[in-house]
Amino acid sequence: MNPTMTKKLLLTLLAWGIALIVFFPIFWMVLTGFKTEGEAVATPPSLFFEPTLAGYHEVMARADYLKFALNSIVISFGSTLLALIVAIPSAYSMAFLPTKRTRGTLLWMLSTKMLPPVGVLMPVYLLFRDMGLLDSQLGLTIVYMLMNLPIVVWMLYTFFKDIPKDILEAGRMDGAGTLQEVLYLLLPLTLPGIASTGLLSVILSWNEAFWSLNLTTSDAAPLTAFIASFSSPEGLFWAKLSAASTLAIAPILIFGWLTQKQMVRGLTFGAVK
Amino acid sequence: MIRPPFPTCFLQWGIPMRERTSGRTVGGFRNVFLQGPAVTLLLLWMLVPLGMTLWFSFQRYNLINPMISGFAGWDNYTYLLTDPALWTAMGNTLLLVGWVLAISVIGGTLLAVLFQQEFFGRGIARLLVIAPFFVMPTVGALVWKNMLMHPVNGVFAWLSGLLGLPVIDWFSSMPLASIIIIVAWQWMPFALLILLTAIQSLDDDQVEAARMDGAGPLAIFWFITLPHLKRAISVVIMIEMIFLLTIFAEIFVTTSGGPGLASTNLAYFIYIRALLDFDVGGASAGGVIAIILANIVAIFLIRTVAKNLET
Amino acid sequence: MATLQLNNIVKDFGGTQVIKGVDLEVKDREFVVFVGPSGCGKSTLMRMIAGLESTTSGEIAIDGQRVNEVGPADRGLAMVFQSYALYPHMTVEDNMGFSLRLAKVPKAERREKVLAAARILQLEPLLDRKPRALSGGQRQRVAIGRAIVRNPSIFLFDEPLSNLDAALRVQMRIELARLHEELDATMIYVTHDQIEAMTMADKIVVLQDGVVEQIGSPMELYHHPRNRFVAGFIGSPKMNFLEVEVRGADAEGVDVALPGGDCRVPVAGDGVSAGDTLTLGIRPEHLVLDEAGPLTGRIQVIERLGGVTSLYLEHGDSEWILVADGNVAHRVHDEVRFTFDPACAHLFTADGLALAHLTRHPLADIDRKENRASSASDGR
Repeated sequence: MNPTMTKKLLLTLLAWGIALIVFFPIFWMVLTGFKTEGEAVATPPSLFFEPTLAGYHEVMARADYLKFALNSIVISFGSTLLALIVAIPSAYSMAFLPTKRTRGTLLWMLSTKMLPPVGVLMPVYLLFRDMGLLDSQLGLTIVYMLMNLPIVVWMLYTFFKDIPKDILEAGRMDGAGTLQEVLYLLLPLTLPGIASTGLLSVILSWNEAFWSLNLTTSDAAPLTAFIASFSSPEGLFWAKLSAASTLAIAPILIFGWLTQKQMVRGLTFGAVK
Repeated sequence: MIRPPFPTCFLQWGIPMRERTSGRTVGGFRNVFLQGPAVTLLLLWMLVPLGMTLWFSFQRYNLINPMISGFAGWDNYTYLLTDPALWTAMGNTLLLVGWVLAISVIGGTLLAVLFQQEFFGRGIARLLVIAPFFVMPTVGALVWKNMLMHPVNGVFAWLSGLLGLPVIDWFSSMPLASIIIIVAWQWMPFALLILLTAIQSLDDDQVEAARMDGAGPLAIFWFITLPHLKRAISVVIMIEMIFLLTIFAEIFVTTSGGPGLASTNLAYFIYIRALLDFDVGGASAGGVIAIILANIVAIFLIRTVAKNLET
Repeated sequence: MATLQLNNIVKDFGGTQVIKGVDLEVKDREFVVFVGPSGCGKSTLMRMIAGLESTTSGEIAIDGQRVNEVGPADRGLAMVFQSYALYPHMTVEDNMGFSLRLAKVPKAERREKVLAAARILQLEPLLDRKPRALSGGQRQRVAIGRAIVRNPSIFLFDEPLSNLDAALRVQMRIELARLHEELDATMIYVTHDQIEAMTMADKIVVLQDGVVEQIGSPMELYHHPRNRFVAGFIGSPKMNFLEVEVRGADAEGVDVALPGGDCRVPVAGDGVSAGDTLTLGIRPEHLVLDEAGPLTGRIQVIERLGGVTSLYLEHGDSEWILVADGNVAHRVHDEVRFTFDPACAHLFTADGLALAHLTRHPLADIDRKENRASSASDGR
């Protein structure tokens, strides 16, 4: 075997070894989801077992699981949709009609992201209590929309900036008004970017735990809260916890894998491309 | 040649024309209308709660005891700052942030270099190794707590049994370290993801030029790769810091800050004050402290990002 | 009919004036070229005409009607962008028909008009392709086709050839000139390339720092530059400049001192007196090698292009470029003597203005159309 081949094999072993170790907790969780509760707590851990869907059946059978899942879906997709609607015109104007203030506005938006949620927990909690938004889908949707708005604007801004201004101007010469320009030119051209921006926003909302744990109790509680409810009666329902967790993270993991490249831009506010 | 007649004064959308400082198509939308909604919403989201937090922090205000009321002056702050629990929480926060940063940045950099190399199944291995970042924090923490670190039934306990090592009860003997491990497991993939992207933008010519100059792999890493990653690393540090300063869910589902205050960080401390003790004034004062801490970091982050922003 | 008038146009970008009061009259069916170094404001001026940029003050009128407040789509103009600005997600046909689609023209009619334009530009086989599947030259033609489909009264071209390679550029230059004859439309063309300007324009507008330096036909600019900037900008290689002292001057000519003896330049010498310093300008192609010439120089570099040879000469601290015929046998470091016809020389005052020539060049007012055997006769 030649030395480059040996090197490549060693690299493969090392990298895969690390990748498997890092991925192990997720793998183990998925595996446990297919065990019976007895097998799940067995020592030594059983690697070979007869897979069962009992955990999944039980989770699905609990009526409230679906409610939590539905809450997660409504809140994360709703907040994303709202954020996109508000952010697209804003990003459009910053990318294509920049003024001296644009840079300042963008940085200021970034700075609102720096406000630690725990710093404003009290007022938001009290405001929500007084407005009847505690434990409501609408309340959490609004919070997530605001939480993700700066990232969404930034990401869209970086994608819009990639579209040559000339193309939109050619559209204007051809008789397109602003609305047609956005509809016929900008949106089709930046659809992949908008989609990955939306997915990132969904991911962040879906996984968010601070606000969901503090602003909801039962009616509007999303999956993060549902999973957290497993923390108290320790060691009882591992298979079920695993099954529920697998269901909760599977779609997000796939979204994350799909958008990882573009996501870097959004998460670093364009500082890393 | 036939052309449609011009309207003598064409004002699209009824917006009056004005002299502008920057190039804008005649008859286009005005920025105010486009940016208005986003700016207004964020302004409200920032100013209203911030103002209220500041206001509450100077009030005597307890949710379950309405008798406690009125202006408190600096009382909330002096009470908070003289409470040893705050300092324990601050210390824990710094330990948590510091360790997770060290692990994720050093580990992330090394892994980024590793996963940049050519090897078999690179694409899939990359997906596996960044996966933890997308896992819901409550899920991640519970999986670690119950299935890996559990003193009786956990995989770690079984492994130490196999090796004849004493079994560790992770969450009672080293609660903060356990949380650091879990959080680092989630955030190292983030650092890796960012740094891997950054490393891919490194010019091959530069590496080849260095090789022509006689640089070995270590020299290339030290003199070419690392300087190239400098800004990406600083961005990773600052973004992680902002999130890590307010880690909450992982503590909430594993130790609940205990035993005692051993794993209580600033965010959890404020949460206890606010929603367990219902002490709005004290919690708000804590919030102000958290905001100040976060802003010290934020200023540097914003500066770094601003450098990259040409408008 | 399509004429364009600019009256004292000013453009102010946040306190800096980039266009400082431009007046211009474009006649119907005229081919006008804006030329100038980068940053001179030529593109901004065109974008203001297009309506893509608002006008700070002054008036833009098309066919005598003020259009300052009219949106770009409603000015009856079409523009070809430097980057072509084709819509990457649309086929060639959709690209060309986009304006008609926005104007709600029925599909059949739209197709007919697109086909007609495609025929002119030989684009028919490409109609179903996306822009990314086209070569640079084809993209260029699609961009022009998109403009033709709109049937505009005025075509605007913003450096349309700068992204093409040299051979294609020459070909497109000829094609554009042909189109101008065929479409019989008014065209305004921006370029930084003085060769494009010279070859295509009926009228050249030379701009610098937002100010019009001179407006005139190509031959007028070449033979009668109004000032030193225009003299240096038009013509290649650049005009030679030399500071000279005036020996005497009157309305019939100016005597200047040269190293090898005095020389009388036939320009109006009013206001010039002996002892003044002027700048003498002579184009490299007007310098002639001559053993008895009044000027000398040592050859630094020889560029042999075959047909002609450029000699880069040095004399003291002055440098000369001389274009001689292709068979010059001199070598580097040779000392050569040369001369020039004083009628071809230009004199510029200290503030850069040219002294007027006493006789006007016979071709200075030639119509560009006379250079071509084209459809000009059946045009009107």
